[in-house]
Amino acid sequence: MSTFVIGYYAALIAASCLAAYFKKREAFLLLFSLTLASFVLGLIGGRPALNTITVAAAVIALAAGTAYAWREFLAILLPRELAKAIRTAPLTASFGLFVIFTYAVMGIFAPVIAPFGEAEVIAGAFDPPSEALLLGADQLGRDMFSRIVYGARNTVGLALAATLLAFFVGAIAGLFAAVKQGWFDQIMGRGADVIMSIPSLIFALLMLSIFGTNLMVIVVVVAIIYSPRVFRLSRAVAGNVVVMDYIEAASLRGEGTGYLIRKEILPNSMAPLIAEFGLEFCFVFLLMAGLSFLGLGIQPPTADWGSMVRENALLITFGEITPLIPAAAIALLTVAVNFVVDWMLFRSSGLKD
Amino acid sequence: MTERNNNILLKIRGLRIEAYADENWVEIVHGVNLTLRRGEVMGLIGESGAGKSTIGLAAMGFARDGCRISGGTVEFDGMELTTTPQSDLRILRGARIAYVAQSAAASFNPAHRIIDQHTEAPVQYRIQKRMAAQEDAMTLYEKLRLPNPKEIGFRYPHQVSGGQLQRAMTAMAMACRPDLIIFDEPTTALDVTTQIEVLAAIRDIVNEYNTAAIYITHDLAVVAQMADRIKVLLKGEEVETAATEQMLASPQKDYTKSLWAVRSFERPQKERPVNSETPVISVQNVDASYTSGAKVLDDVSFDVFAGMTVAVVGESGSGKSTTARCITGLLPPSRGQVLFRGQPLPPRYQDRSKDQLRQTQMIYQMADTALNPKVRISEIIGRPAQFYGGLKGAALKNRVDELLDLIELDPARFYNRFPPELSGGQKQRVGIARALAAEPSFIICDEVTSALDQLVAEGILKLLDRLQNEFNLAYMFITHDLATVKAIADEVVVMRNGKVVEQGAKHEMFQPPHHPYTDLLLSSVPEMDPNWLTTVLEERGVDNLGEAATASSAQQ
Repeated sequence: MSTFVIGYYAALIAASCLAAYFKKREAFLLLFSLTLASFVLGLIGGRPALNTITVAAAVIALAAGTAYAWREFLAILLPRELAKAIRTAPLTASFGLFVIFTYAVMGIFAPVIAPFGEAEVIAGAFDPPSEALLLGADQLGRDMFSRIVYGARNTVGLALAATLLAFFVGAIAGLFAAVKQGWFDQIMGRGADVIMSIPSLIFALLMLSIFGTNLMVIVVVVAIIYSPRVFRLSRAVAGNVVVMDYIEAASLRGEGTGYLIRKEILPNSMAPLIAEFGLEFCFVFLLMAGLSFLGLGIQPPTADWGSMVRENALLITFGEITPLIPAAAIALLTVAVNFVVDWMLFRSSGLKD
Repeated sequence: MTERNNNILLKIRGLRIEAYADENWVEIVHGVNLTLRRGEVMGLIGESGAGKSTIGLAAMGFARDGCRISGGTVEFDGMELTTTPQSDLRILRGARIAYVAQSAAASFNPAHRIIDQHTEAPVQYRIQKRMAAQEDAMTLYEKLRLPNPKEIGFRYPHQVSGGQLQRAMTAMAMACRPDLIIFDEPTTALDVTTQIEVLAAIRDIVNEYNTAAIYITHDLAVVAQMADRIKVLLKGEEVETAATEQMLASPQKDYTKSLWAVRSFERPQKERPVNSETPVISVQNVDASYTSGAKVLDDVSFDVFAGMTVAVVGESGSGKSTTARCITGLLPPSRGQVLFRGQPLPPRYQDRSKDQLRQTQMIYQMADTALNPKVRISEIIGRPAQFYGGLKGAALKNRVDELLDLIELDPARFYNRFPPELSGGQKQRVGIARALAAEPSFIICDEVTSALDQLVAEGILKLLDRLQNEFNLAYMFITHDLATVKAIADEVVVMRNGKVVEQGAKHEMFQPPHHPYTDLLLSSVPEMDPNWLTTVLEERGVDNLGEAATASSAQQ
């Protein structure tokens, strides 16, 4: 029995007792179930298992701490209205915002942060991590860390552009369809149905093999694939707003469609659209990563997380986690965005206001 | 002593309720006491925001989302509800305490038959087997005088009328024979002719099963019919409590007296101009129908002269609002025309000129949906002035300030606010200002006061009256409330099933002889006299109420 193990159990039991004594029911349940779990795991896995639990708990605590501090920081920094919203946000949302902030910094300042260029060969293939190579080298001997940093710029930037375009097209069409109704609505709706009925990956592959794989084509094709979803959502949301009396009042005043959409409808359908934006961004992101993995997305030597997974996939067989790092970067961003989106959906679902 | 205590069903002492707003807990009910004996009906009355519904829910040990019971005790039949765990409360609710909500249409699940929703509680609490519960439901439907009691329960909620649905909901509340029922404004959303039958049904069934009830309403005349005792509330505090007759005869507090005095506003009636002046709006032989359906309007004609108010009266579905839609051009008439100062208006509003659109403005019933919640007051009011008058910058701001002054709202305080931050009456005032900003000559007021408390509604009526005199406006006043008609109208148009039943000057309309339908409408308006309902029931006979009466008057 080492001091670590004794200290570990002593700390957990003391904390459980304190929680029980101060009638903190939830904290007690959490702490004591952790104690029991580590008891069982300790018997089976011995000290390494306890070490893992400690590290996991510490990571979670660190994330929670960061999220908490970040939320307080934002609440102080932001203007009053936003600060109020931030203060009531759950920690997960704050964590998501923090991750998104980190990715944004990484993408914007990529050349400054990355120690090497994204296409620079500076070591042997698959060199292990060292002082100079934080995450080791890839299959051509390029620095993995630098490529991850550049990947943030390329992959996320492209996904963002495609999502923005999809939203621009889809939302405008949807809002117009809701206001105009009649044949315009029918044509747009059936058009959207046609696009949605083709499996997206196949559609993308087809288009990319016809028009070639340059960045513009990728962005436009992905935007076309995703705009029907935006169209449907914005049309449905606007459909609920259009029947309100204030829209009737405005159209009786003689206002044009442009004014109705801009001033009366859009402000009232913003929240679900923003939430949908976050969600679609994840899908677009994943589709782009998938296209890259298939070799049809961003072309080498440009760093891109999707293709990085594919290029280094071989390493998995040797028990290395290197190919999982770009995959983890994708996963983390997806989870972070979803945390934020969940919070926004909660806010727009009418539980607030 | 013990026997008296046993007699007490509900005892609320020092009840305090807090609501969460702007990150603070604000107290909204400040220590209210309430004692209810078995079989007694207590009327809770007060304007909106007085905490009536909140107290009603607290009597079930329930606090709405964002509210919490912060102090005091709620003792139901010797059981302290504020400390009872949720699981025990759940057994109590539905079985021993039932709740009847304001809008039955919104409270029934549209996807299930009425009777399935009715039997849910007794079956769930294992009080009755399903078949027995269905039999019982039919008995209750019969007692509540629903037509076809054996069959009506097997319909879906949208297949029965609003008044029937409200009675079905009362039957549902009775399903487990609770000791206490809380009625939260059960007739507020109904027409007078429908209201009377629901009132009679509720009163009978409550008497028959000796159920105690808390009856929440803002309508004094209604509560006078229903309650044994009345409690007046103001801003979460009790003003006074007394037996109904005593309360009506001699209210003690000033606030109560002001409530009683509300119905006294009546402005002098104006006569039609004698010299053959052209009316501002003349509706001529208008027929209308919604897409290929049956006729909703059938040969409707009436005139509105400058500076005068024409009240269009009738129950819901009589075509009042459809007439307004025809005038504004939202629904082009299938026959007939609408003249503005002698000139025919294009039937579709899209074809009308900016000036024609400007002349006719609308004020809506629900200020909540009539004002865009995401637009500042200054822009809501300023937009018509900007749109029609081309005002900009300082001139626009001055105009908005002027309009805000007109509707008696302080420009400095309201200029930059958003509609959700305003009270119901203030919102309605903003709606009026928006109509005025266009400088119209004719305004359609669609049930503008029906969603408001009496005191607030009276303020709005006075404001409309003042504006009419100031700008020589013509009003078309759509309402089902005859008290409002009495207060503000010069001429009355009575509508029914899309036809004009009777029209004329107000003083003629309120004098007998009436058309039978007008008579029915008039006699259905609740009066302050606590014996009014009994008298009316005796006069008409129990089976000759509401829809039955409507049917019989149609035959005449």
